[in-house]
Amino acid sequence: MNMAKKVVLLVGTKKGLFVAESAAARKDWDIRGPFCDAWPVNHAAYDAKSGTIFATGLNAWYGPAIWKSTDLGQTWTHSSEGLTYGEGEDPIAAVWLIKPAGDVIYAGVEPAGLFKSLDGGDTWEHVRGLRDTPTRPHWQPGGGGLMVHTMEVDPRDPNHLYVGISVAGVLESRDGGATWEPRNEGIEFDAPAEVPGISNCAHHFELDKVNPDVMFQQSHSGMFISKDAGATWTRVEAGLPSSFGFPAVAHPRKSGSYFIAPLNGDQVGRYMPDASTAFYRTDDFGSTWRALRNGLPQENAYFGVLRQAMAADSFEPAGVYAGTSTGHLFASADEGESWSEMASYFPSISSVEAAVIDS
Amino acid sequence: MARVILPDSLVRLFPGAERNTEVPAESVLEVVERLNERWPGMRDRLLDGRPAIRRHIVIFVNGERAKLETSVGAGDEVYVMPAMSGG
Repeated sequence: MNMAKKVVLLVGTKKGLFVAESAAARKDWDIRGPFCDAWPVNHAAYDAKSGTIFATGLNAWYGPAIWKSTDLGQTWTHSSEGLTYGEGEDPIAAVWLIKPAGDVIYAGVEPAGLFKSLDGGDTWEHVRGLRDTPTRPHWQPGGGGLMVHTMEVDPRDPNHLYVGISVAGVLESRDGGATWEPRNEGIEFDAPAEVPGISNCAHHFELDKVNPDVMFQQSHSGMFISKDAGATWTRVEAGLPSSFGFPAVAHPRKSGSYFIAPLNGDQVGRYMPDASTAFYRTDDFGSTWRALRNGLPQENAYFGVLRQAMAADSFEPAGVYAGTSTGHLFASADEGESWSEMASYFPSISSVEAAVIDS
Repeated sequence: MARVILPDSLVRLFPGAERNTEVPAESVLEVVERLNERWPGMRDRLLDGRPAIRRHIVIFVNGERAKLETSVGAGDEVYVMPAMSGG
């Protein structure tokens, strides 16, 4: 007998984590929260292996901690045990990324570095290889700080890792994080002095769910695709209103299919182009893009969508979700063809992740 | 024993923790260590990795603003307070 499935949305906001659940129809949502004592939550993710929600909280007084719940948010614990570069070193200012990956949970932090937990998030240890990378002296903070904010793990090889750093670009490790190489070939970086291995802010990237040698990146420099595991990147912006945006979401089943949220540019407010909301979809590796507007506000839309604030679920058809800086949460149950406003008055949304689990 | 007064916003992060408690300690750092033994994880909420008192946390000993190395004696009052900020 097939057990019924439901989708769980994890919405990280400036005032805590919210958990939304719905059956496969995705018409009615049960929204709970704010969790994590209403701390600002930069990112949250669901670990399918253990059934645990992890959320990266950042409290103005008590610092960063990684919260966890093994009962979909009913009860929580928190820890930052081991989240340190050591005595005398710069303290960890924030955790921006949580990435469950099989037996390992990774955390991307500011100042830029990577930590991992082998005990389900109770204690953390530094993945030193990344900060030993020769290019590190040239890493510079982006608008949000100097941080590791994006990570992918090759589903074929748990030691094959990618991270995104603002501002350094993409780095790849094939030995579980011991050594790293820059992977930014083809991404133009308008910098006064070129530093080998340093590229523009890799706002976000995701592996293709069918072919993990394919990767789409929304860089500060534009939209790029790699078909050779990050070795080279090609600009793919034909038909888009701008080259600037933050999130990038891979379709759960279709190779070459991605969803993005272009903004009006990096200098002029960073909101929807012409204040008219459109998300964009490609089904051909970025060769062409199609605007998705049905049900989205077409005027006075002065919001942005941050790098981790867009997600897709794995139902058929896939659900797509986007959370805005104004606290609106838009949802589509038909792969972006039509949208509805799931929530209108959330705090500013930092991240959205979706998981399909047994009811 | 030093008398320690903790803020509600800290206490509620640790089930069973109490706002008013007493610990044996000879410095503010030792106060924090004793609190951490009693409620594991509390050290990381009050100190960063350097270690230093977190930027927006203030600790007073008998009404005087203290540092980690500030001495604490029997009967002294150690008051932990979050700075006023936010919006």
